[in-house]
Amino acid sequence: MAYQFTVSPDFSPDHISGWYIFNTWLQKQTSTAIHLEMYDSFLAQREAIRQGRVDLIYANPFDAATLVREQGFLPVARAVGSSDEAVLAVSAGNVLSRVEALLPGTKIAVTEDPDIRLIGMLLLEPADLHADNIEVIVNNTYVLVAKQVLQGRADVGVFLADAYDGLSSIIKSQLKVLVRSQINVIHHALMMGPQWPLQREAMASLLVQMGGDEKSMKILTSLGFLGWQKIDDEEMEFMIDLMDVLNT
Amino acid sequence: MLSDMSPADIVGEFKQKTLDLYGGFRRLVLYTEVEWPYPDGKLIVSTTDKNGNITHVNQSFVDMSGYAEDELLGSPHSILRHPDMPPAAFKDLWDTVNRGEYWQGFVKNLRKDGGYYWVKATVIPNIRKGRVVSYTSVRRKPSRTKVAECIERYPTLF
Repeated sequence: MAYQFTVSPDFSPDHISGWYIFNTWLQKQTSTAIHLEMYDSFLAQREAIRQGRVDLIYANPFDAATLVREQGFLPVARAVGSSDEAVLAVSAGNVLSRVEALLPGTKIAVTEDPDIRLIGMLLLEPADLHADNIEVIVNNTYVLVAKQVLQGRADVGVFLADAYDGLSSIIKSQLKVLVRSQINVIHHALMMGPQWPLQREAMASLLVQMGGDEKSMKILTSLGFLGWQKIDDEEMEFMIDLMDVLNT
Repeated sequence: MLSDMSPADIVGEFKQKTLDLYGGFRRLVLYTEVEWPYPDGKLIVSTTDKNGNITHVNQSFVDMSGYAEDELLGSPHSILRHPDMPPAAFKDLWDTVNRGEYWQGFVKNLRKDGGYYWVKATVIPNIRKGRVVSYTSVRRKPSRTKVAECIERYPTLF
């Protein structure tokens, strides 16, 4: 029976094929049958994790605490130099230029991406805005978040910074950034479950060496990665503690 | 042990006060009325050992404190103690984290140059294999409403 691999549902649509190609590469390198299951919601993915139907996951940092502390997953590697950052943006014509000027009742467009929503809420705190005094509009994609703002149905959009930067220049010219997070230590991570057949060190070594040849370099590029770097336990524990802090 | 603040490091007119700090030592602090705005979008992060000595700081901590990283590492976290902060707030902090719980509050921090900056701070015990091994403090930008409340309330707590 194949081992089950899944990717955080906030993956960029541009990288879907990259994950399938990565899965094929991983199967060859490890001589292991691996099935890649791409869930379309965090809810569905968490249920699969709860039922023990995930052996390897490229996880959102929001889920790291549950995976490590409750499900026995081990962190293996992360994308080199990448971190999850958020952008708060309003329409370009909006007179507001500072987060502190936002008022209770503000309509906030978000996606279901949990760590970016969390960072977004953190960025709203200086305006005394919190879950109880804002109206949240949930969207499937960041393009739809932008649309909500541009069409005046939302006052503020909360974006993954990479997704904001990837919006077309026409859309971006109609938006104005209020604030961009620079937290630097929150990131997705590849994590292996208790049933995963490879030793952690061997798995990390395999990934860190990826990119040493033209073929694997192309796969990394298709994922939008420069490479993989190893994560140790303390780095993951620190990130989990930090996510807990931001949740308080 | 912390050395007294030096007038040579201070920017602008200053006042002075001797503080009794955690650990039983005293420090002369020099402070001005210059406020530094909290940087948008950033977190100030540090870790201390169980005695409150700094073991890790991020770049935002270095930038906002005005100290060099090597001046901070090994120093007590009270290197940031501002005389306007009531000692009761820090007693509550230590009592809370020593119970293994999170502490959260609004803090006025003192810079090396005598200026100050307000933060919303969360301190958590780092529990590894069931034991508290260190503490991490994460500060974020506070709302001015909350800061205004603290400016009113803190003088009443001395």
